[in-house]
Amino acid sequence: MAEAFVHEVHHHQAPAGFVRKYIFSLDHKVIGKQYYFLALFSVFTGMILSWLIRIHLVWPNAHIWGLSLLSPNGAPNGLIKPEYYLSLLTLHGTLMVFFVLTTAPQSGFGNFFLPIQIGAEDMAFPRLNMLSFWVTFAALAVLVSTFFIADGPPIAGWTSYPPLSAVGSVSGPGEGLGQTLWIISIALFCVGSLLGALNFIATTLELRTRGMSLMRMPLTCWSWFITAILGLLSFAVLLGACALLLLDRVGGSSFFVPGGLVISDKIIQHNGGSPLLWQHLFWFFGHPEVYIAILPGMGVTSHILSCFARKPIFGYKVMAYSLMAIGFLSFTVWGHHMFVSGMSPYTGFTFSIFTMAIGVPSAIKTFNWLGTIWGGRIRYTTAMLFALGFVSVFVTGGLSGLFLAQPPLDMYLHATYFVIGHFHLVMGVAAIFGMFAGTYFWFPKMFGRMMNETLGKLHFWATFIGVYCIFMPMHFLGIAGNPRRYSAFTDNFLLPLMPLHEFMTIAALLTGAAQLIFLFNLFWSMFKGEKASQNPWEATSLEWSVPSPPPFDNFDGNYPVVYHDPYEYGVADAAKDYVMQDSPEVIAASGH
Amino acid sequence: MATLTHPSPAATPAIHRGGGGRLGGNGFPPGGDGSDFSRRELPSRVYYVGMWVAIAGICMLFAAFTSALVVRQGISNDWARTGVPHILYLNTLILLASSITLELARHSLTVERSQLFKGWLYVTVLLGFSFVAGQLLAWRELAVSGVYLSTNPASSFFYLLTAAHGLHLLGGVAALCYLTFQTRRLARKLKNRVAVDVTALYWHFMDGLWLYILFLLVRSIA
Repeated sequence: MAEAFVHEVHHHQAPAGFVRKYIFSLDHKVIGKQYYFLALFSVFTGMILSWLIRIHLVWPNAHIWGLSLLSPNGAPNGLIKPEYYLSLLTLHGTLMVFFVLTTAPQSGFGNFFLPIQIGAEDMAFPRLNMLSFWVTFAALAVLVSTFFIADGPPIAGWTSYPPLSAVGSVSGPGEGLGQTLWIISIALFCVGSLLGALNFIATTLELRTRGMSLMRMPLTCWSWFITAILGLLSFAVLLGACALLLLDRVGGSSFFVPGGLVISDKIIQHNGGSPLLWQHLFWFFGHPEVYIAILPGMGVTSHILSCFARKPIFGYKVMAYSLMAIGFLSFTVWGHHMFVSGMSPYTGFTFSIFTMAIGVPSAIKTFNWLGTIWGGRIRYTTAMLFALGFVSVFVTGGLSGLFLAQPPLDMYLHATYFVIGHFHLVMGVAAIFGMFAGTYFWFPKMFGRMMNETLGKLHFWATFIGVYCIFMPMHFLGIAGNPRRYSAFTDNFLLPLMPLHEFMTIAALLTGAAQLIFLFNLFWSMFKGEKASQNPWEATSLEWSVPSPPPFDNFDGNYPVVYHDPYEYGVADAAKDYVMQDSPEVIAASGH
Repeated sequence: MATLTHPSPAATPAIHRGGGGRLGGNGFPPGGDGSDFSRRELPSRVYYVGMWVAIAGICMLFAAFTSALVVRQGISNDWARTGVPHILYLNTLILLASSITLELARHSLTVERSQLFKGWLYVTVLLGFSFVAGQLLAWRELAVSGVYLSTNPASSFFYLLTAAHGLHLLGGVAALCYLTFQTRRLARKLKNRVAVDVTALYWHFMDGLWLYILFLLVRSIA
């Protein structure tokens, strides 16, 4: 393999062929882009599903044009049936959590930039890297295929709790073949993520260039590293859980299905299983998963705030250690998803304490971000705006987490819109802001051209205001007792809340439409944008020491030597106001 | 103005803000500037790290199965001890023997003794296949006595654990088969032997994992 790369160095402008260069490529940069576009497809599909969800909630009798073509059974004449509403909801959640939040920040940006930022020519195992992508692609294909089968997609939600998800089509449309395909899709996704995590860990530990000690890595690399460890330890458990669920469905075993169940006047032939067992296994994965989604966003935010505030990151070491602390604690809190499952109050108390403990490293990070921009000479680029937006939505969404961490409050709020508002802000929107920040920041390096800043700022303000309009009211709805996963609100006590729902739906449609600005900007800039220089943002890390876009093996065979910490901004006596990591300049101690 | 110099890396101030510390100092090896550093040939350590990480992932998978077993056994009154087919003990001996033959192969990995290496490798592959065949016989034995996957939770776990281990072991057999095609190359270039070493690490892990599963089965099912 090594010989092959030496050979490729001289021929990266003239690749062996289209398939080897763009489809089954071993180049981490191509694979990173493949992941990015896979997530882009998923995020827009998921967003359209959320539109359908919101439209149906407010106008339950609306006939949506074209939907009957996709699902004649689920949406006859475009009218969404309650079961099909659940299908849309399940696919929305699954696409967004797995194929967007897990895929783009880690596998997309991480693949592209981890090797460059640590001074390596590729990931440690390029073939494995290619395999991870194509397994993930297969997982997506299997999931999307559920739209096109007779019964439609599964209705059990992205958490797929048994017994609903385990007893087959007797429990509803989509619970036959659709649910089986869902499990296969997620199992494949687990395999892809495990292979990816293995590659990230080995790359970070072994392929750092001269002078790149762990404590000189950009915080992005730290976040990808910790995320990979979380992925390794949690996706393995989800894979095991999927195997058990699949056996319950097709093998007749009873891991999760209790005895004596009667569904639709039929006795279910299972005995003695425990639905709660699935919940434990699922959330043992599921809680680290939310940090898998958010940690890379934290890394990108740290990276960008420091760059555009022209100041070193405040408390670099503490930032790295708090990532580790969050990663560790994320494995101790899964029970807070199960406060209403009848667990012992003592167990609930323990989970509650650990959950609130995560607030400590999270708050440390937040204060360090504020400390970083404090007194900085801030450059308000679009990437910077989205990084600041990340801090905003992370804090807003995180604060409601402290409410939900307390069992007595959670008992009331558990199955309400309060939870929806909480996790969409802190995990969904915050992570997506991290992705937007990363896109605007790294686009010049990835595609060799600049994105349009005016359109970018327009996109930011529309999105920033929009997401608050969509998700803040959910907290009030939740406190008012508005249950989640209902396909229509016909109960009397919910009728006064309908104007708020209408407001949120309109906000969702407009905010979604604003994403078309981003999509246009992305593809227009790819071909027509201004040519990017090597280091347009005057940043310090190694990806800005190579041409935009980087050559095939990143450094053309000249491995960089790293002399400095990653965030040497605002250096008083430097030639410019920053010193790059591979610059041999000596920084005088009096500079700070 | 910052002074532009061309220091040898070791002479660069080790610690600025945040640098240094226990996690790797300034990244330069002590007593040298690392000028012989080359990324063209991956350090063989990376393959070890990769394998250890894979092993950690597999451990988590079986930890999940174990916790499921403990919980499922603990909460239910339908757990039936179906007994463990005796052939499992023979299979265990076969697998342990395969680890020994693989070590014998590893120790004869030189140009002069490459035939011996190849021989022991073949024996290991044979033992690996024998183990899988033995496991299938155990399944057969259970099926003949009317114990299937869905018969009761204990048998579900029996089939689950043996199948999951067997699938991982077949991966190891595939790797061993690959090595048998590479014997001449492996014996000629010593740096290639990391493939043998890493495969051996995995194989021994499969061995240990099986002992653990056997313990689990004997404890809960026999």
